[in-house]
Amino acid sequence: MSTVIKVENLSKKYIIAHQKRERYLTLRDTIARKSKEIGKRLLHPFVSSSGQPLAGLAGTEEFWALKDISFDVQQGNRIGIIGRNGAGKSTLLKILSRITEPTTGRIKIKSRVASLLEVGTGFHPELTGRENIFLNGAILGMGKAEIKKKFDEIVAFAEVEKFLDTPVKRFSSGMYVRLAFAVAAHLEPEILIVDEVLAVGDTQFQRKCLGKMEDIGREGRTVLFVSHNMSAIQKLCNRAMLLDNGRLMADDEPVTVINSYLHNHQPTSECWALDSKKFTHSGPVLITDIKLLDLDNNILKILFTGGGFVLQIAYKLKEGVKIPSASFIIKFKNQMNTEILRLSNTPISGFPIENLSGEGRINLVLPVIPFAEGMYYIDIALARQGQGFYVKLINVLSLYINGQDIYKSGCAVTQTRGLTVLPHKWIFKPENNASVESGWKGAELLSKPAEICRENS
Amino acid sequence: MNESFDLIIEPGKGIKQFWSDLWRYRELFYFLAWRDILVRYKQTVIGIAWSVVRPVLTMLIFTVIFGKFAKFPSEGNSPYPILVFVAMLPWQMFANALTESSTSIITNANLISKVYFPRLIVPGSAVIVSLIDFLISFVILGILMAWYQFVPGWRIITLPFFLLLALMAALGFGFWLSALNVKYRDFRYIVPFMVQFGLYISPVGFSSSVVPEQWRLLYSLNPMVGVIDGFRWAILGGMSKLYLPGFLLSIVLTLGIFLFGLYYFRKTERFFADVI
Repeated sequence: MSTVIKVENLSKKYIIAHQKRERYLTLRDTIARKSKEIGKRLLHPFVSSSGQPLAGLAGTEEFWALKDISFDVQQGNRIGIIGRNGAGKSTLLKILSRITEPTTGRIKIKSRVASLLEVGTGFHPELTGRENIFLNGAILGMGKAEIKKKFDEIVAFAEVEKFLDTPVKRFSSGMYVRLAFAVAAHLEPEILIVDEVLAVGDTQFQRKCLGKMEDIGREGRTVLFVSHNMSAIQKLCNRAMLLDNGRLMADDEPVTVINSYLHNHQPTSECWALDSKKFTHSGPVLITDIKLLDLDNNILKILFTGGGFVLQIAYKLKEGVKIPSASFIIKFKNQMNTEILRLSNTPISGFPIENLSGEGRINLVLPVIPFAEGMYYIDIALARQGQGFYVKLINVLSLYINGQDIYKSGCAVTQTRGLTVLPHKWIFKPENNASVESGWKGAELLSKPAEICRENS
Repeated sequence: MNESFDLIIEPGKGIKQFWSDLWRYRELFYFLAWRDILVRYKQTVIGIAWSVVRPVLTMLIFTVIFGKFAKFPSEGNSPYPILVFVAMLPWQMFANALTESSTSIITNANLISKVYFPRLIVPGSAVIVSLIDFLISFVILGILMAWYQFVPGWRIITLPFFLLLALMAALGFGFWLSALNVKYRDFRYIVPFMVQFGLYISPVGFSSSVVPEQWRLLYSLNPMVGVIDGFRWAILGGMSKLYLPGFLLSIVLTLGIFLFGLYYFRKTERFFADVI
């Protein structure tokens, strides 16, 4: 395998200017201040208005978007680049595609590079679909003859035959994006650089895009691919790199890198946040703490679809207070405030707690999280069964459940594809033919509770 | 080992195979110009007729004001409307090219920050667009000449040279101003003013023979003076005289502006995506 890209000690610095903003500006103030500044500058040309020498650049700050990055790319590598927002992923792609220049370091590139940092760059709303295919193709580096040759293929891929001669400003946003992706997908460079553009269109089209990317990979072309969609990276890439604060933290097999990213580099606060202001601090019955633990009772950092967790609630009752039949109620809600799941020791689960008093903890163990990727909110309440609430904490906990390729299909289940996941299988019975079975999908969901039940029995 | 790499990106070095890239992307010149032409008169009622109406109206007004009211002399016995129109051909082209190309980088900011291609193509194609208007106006000139039964002499074959001169002046200013515009948006306001101002200090509505002899060389510091005089010399035939020292000065200046504009653009283009 030959090296097609060689990156050596690459760094990129940006100077950020901080604008001082008043609460509100009047034109008079602005004019007065500006004229004062200009006066000052005329008198002392090398001193800035705040009195510091200009060389110090008052109000600006250096920011290293990339710092000392080195790596080699071999022919046929399909590299997924992951990292949090602002980690430098897009800057890296921009430098590789020659849009901006590095501050230090060197890149050597063999063969033709095409980059796709945005879908539909250069589309003009007034032009028709046909015209935009040519324009966009030319902007992405295709020749007229090349576009003509692929024209029919592009149109078929985008499914916009009927609207070819309509200005794209009349297109639905889905059609627009499909057309834009179709043009880009028919580029045929040896090295393709793609930034988070697969998350467009409806589910069906997304699958088509992923399929196209797979084809490109199968043809042995080199791909650099930024995405937050871990399952897409796992499916498409044979190598992954992790960027954090402009530094290259990992460069390995996709599974290894993704795991290290999900487990170490996402701060706890992103996954779940406790609103402790909602705790009551006085009264006969208190909830004093809420914790999310993993199944081995360690503090949980990350939540996955299909993962398990323990919700631990610490309570404290005033001396002499006794709840004859205590009911801890936990509600799971989505962002639309729809209740998805409610559990209570009694009456729902049929686990009565008599005469609750003093202090203690109660754990709710959930071996699998059957929720799709997205944000969830939890209400926690303590009630006396059938008598009303002592404590009611609304939205006290917010969880971000990370999507996983739970059905091993390359398709992460996010909230846009339904809220829950379930183990299942398909049995297909065509007429006059033997039936075909898909096998169990979501086996993890299926097996974990069983395992845990076995352990405990 | 190093030789086997096609492209080396290093800070401060610029893009090495600039000219070969420009050649590889040559079709983009055409496509960007084509887009601008297509888009230009979308959702207008009279469409492309605008590029006929504008120069004709300007020509009429100039003829009335300079020829009839101010009674400026024509060159030889050529009809005043033709005198004006011949000058308006290069002037309109220059003015449009300058206006369009100076803002071109900013109006294409989304391209600049998301795709690589030689940035020079953007102001370059803006100049090509104004060449189309030039061709339309040229047809009108033909009709005008037929109307006045005016036959140009052999010198008309030198016209492409003067056209090239006008193009170089427009490109030079266009490169320079479009690069400046990226960082200092002040130029968005300066350019229209320059164009308005230029119309009066260029011999568009009148013959440059109106300018006193001792001022002619100074007057030729305006590169469009040379171009317009050249156009008149080529089209109006024997009755128009070329002021040679001034004309040579215009050529040198135009070349200088073109090279400086190109140099400035090349020097600053690598910061475009960061600053825009």
